[in-house]
Amino acid sequence: MTTTDASARALQLNDQGQLRHFLTIDGLDRELLTRILDTADSFIEVGERRIKKVPLLRGCTVVNLFFESSTRTRSTFELAAKRLSADVLNLDISTSATSKGESLSDTLLNLEAMASDMFVVRHSRSGAPHFIAQSVTPGVAIINAGDGRHAHPTQAMLDMLTIRQHKGGFEGLKVAIVGDILHSRVARSQIQALNVLGAEEVRLIAPSTLLPTDVESLGCTVAYDMRSGLKDIDVIIMLRLQRERMEGALLPSEREFYKVYGLNTEKLAYAKPDAIVMHPGPINRGVEIESAVADGPRSVILNQVTNGIAIRMAVMSMAMGGQRAQRGQDAEGQA
Amino acid sequence: MSSTPALRIENGRVIDPHTGRDEQQSLLIRDGLIAATGSEADAAAADSVLDAAGGLLTPGFIDLYCNLREPGNGQKGSIASESRAAARGGFTTVCAAPDSSPVNDSSAITHLIRDVAERDAPIRVLPLGAATKGLSGELLSDMVGLTGAGCVALSNGSETLVNARVLRRCMAYARTFGITLMLHPQNQALAADGFAHDGLVTARLGLLGIPEVAETAAVMEMILLAEETGVRLHLSQLSCARSVDMVAQARSRGVAVTADVAMHHLLFTEQALADFDSRYHLQPPLRSEEDRQGLIEGVRSGAIGAIVSQHQPHDPAAKNAPLGDTEAGLSSVESVLSMGLILVERGELELPALIRALTTGPAQVLGLTPPSLSVGQVADLCWIDPQARWTATAETLLSVGKHAPLMGTELPGVVNQAWVDGEAVYTRQD
Repeated sequence: MTTTDASARALQLNDQGQLRHFLTIDGLDRELLTRILDTADSFIEVGERRIKKVPLLRGCTVVNLFFESSTRTRSTFELAAKRLSADVLNLDISTSATSKGESLSDTLLNLEAMASDMFVVRHSRSGAPHFIAQSVTPGVAIINAGDGRHAHPTQAMLDMLTIRQHKGGFEGLKVAIVGDILHSRVARSQIQALNVLGAEEVRLIAPSTLLPTDVESLGCTVAYDMRSGLKDIDVIIMLRLQRERMEGALLPSEREFYKVYGLNTEKLAYAKPDAIVMHPGPINRGVEIESAVADGPRSVILNQVTNGIAIRMAVMSMAMGGQRAQRGQDAEGQA
Repeated sequence: MSSTPALRIENGRVIDPHTGRDEQQSLLIRDGLIAATGSEADAAAADSVLDAAGGLLTPGFIDLYCNLREPGNGQKGSIASESRAAARGGFTTVCAAPDSSPVNDSSAITHLIRDVAERDAPIRVLPLGAATKGLSGELLSDMVGLTGAGCVALSNGSETLVNARVLRRCMAYARTFGITLMLHPQNQALAADGFAHDGLVTARLGLLGIPEVAETAAVMEMILLAEETGVRLHLSQLSCARSVDMVAQARSRGVAVTADVAMHHLLFTEQALADFDSRYHLQPPLRSEEDRQGLIEGVRSGAIGAIVSQHQPHDPAAKNAPLGDTEAGLSSVESVLSMGLILVERGELELPALIRALTTGPAQVLGLTPPSLSVGQVADLCWIDPQARWTATAETLLSVGKHAPLMGTELPGVVNQAWVDGEAVYTRQD
């Protein structure tokens, strides 16, 4: 495991240990994650100004490279890049080049010819952003906006920001993640981030069919029952359930899932009285969460959306800074 | 009396699994045969003499499963390129996997492979025929025609025989004619779209997993059907420790089942994929450390009789994509010996057991005369320098496939020379 951490770290960080790509939480330390959260905090204030722009990425071209369509995530990345004064190009590749049979590496060669500085990548294959980070010209930053079932690190970090705002920190926190862990890139990144930031316990609540084999190795415990599983919990993260799960014989029906694992007022009472409720969205009311809970006083779901822009601004500016510092050093080395 | 020049190889350590010999002695090669050994070889007249001090002399390796990519996949390799790569790896005989394009499911394709091999290959190429037409698992191939044309066994290649009824009939028909079936056991419904071992790494990286039971359930099914039909069953490329146990149990109750393992499954685990390294995208997948140890134990005990290269050369594009979009397989045939010697250096496998699994073990599966370095035997052999080091790079590899294991690191063991019928078919160049 240590060799893996070391190499994931090597790919994401420059020689000075600064972020240059943001692909996964795996291999990043508490200091770096805290710096991302602190930087995001400073950008929240920017969003409250009348003129919501800072010039950190002025002159940079950011390409939103979405091989899987997503309006919400793409919009927050676009907004974040624009608030950093970057030029933004949105490419919905799912409907263009690759459907004509072009390979991913050929698509990349073409885009690089446009002298882009940063790719924000979403792809249905786990590891696609790693592949891109290994194949692009040095100096181009890659930000993972969700790859397969692997990672969604900006989503996890905006969730961490939300938790820190409401709970003050992570020491002693018990966090429950409920639902379809197996298919969730969000859950994998959250489990890693919570462990790095020092949460006391990450508890997964789901039926066996929605849990990966050997999931405990990620640093979490498993509960099958919602009521006993929510005992002593400070933060409840509900995951979205896709309809396809019924067809794959992973679950009998939405109704049965809601009955056993859906979060309603009655089940919420088993968690700590000040427990907060989170959801990466978009929510399925009546499938994983009751409207009264989603819209209730314990829900922080809309805070998550606001924080999403600040986190993406933080990660983009830090990665660009890391690339520039590396370029400076490489130029010095050659001179 | 000699009609061809005689060669004496002196001072080498002769490892001959068939006779159990493991000692330093001379070999005399004449007329394509081992003409004399030991003091007789020393006393005999020789036209040339090789000093193999510090080296190993072993029978030429036999590979039960090697993709030569011909006919049909010239961008990935050819019989000429891949058989040369195999010779460099110490192999003097390779079985050509049936999944060429077109598939080797007719005697015409078998003849084509043999003719090209006759012309282009420095080593012996034994075709494996497809057990079902087009490897589709639906209709039986012309088994008698294929074996008549020279196929040494029939295989399902890297495909899965989905239908148990077809599998049972395939076995019963093969049994009628004494044909050996070499089958890769995998339950397709359980493997589905997976491409990695369902375990620690898939949990972390969110890769689509193939559970162990996808193999073990198929092994159990195949053993039961083989037991019932009486076919000679060879299980190809096992990846799970539990499969080895099931094979050992079946053998102990008299079922005619043998098995092999790919060398890379003895050295690597699921962790090789931890950085999305597409080279280690393999079918079956690299599994847990426990499985790796169980497979090594299987080779040591003899439950697994043969180690294969499972050589799968590819063009660069096949491996240059996100992991799940790449094709399975390593370009491994040139690195088998080095991987084995790493295991020997680590103390995980004894050298004689390694050589046995590369020589007499596979010969037994195919029902060939046991290869041996004793007098009168065919002079298929190799001279290995186990101390020498080499590095696999795109430039040093002879295979068209440039995705070898452990590239860029120094590897132990170099084949100095290999002979087929007493003729040198490979000589180290550096």
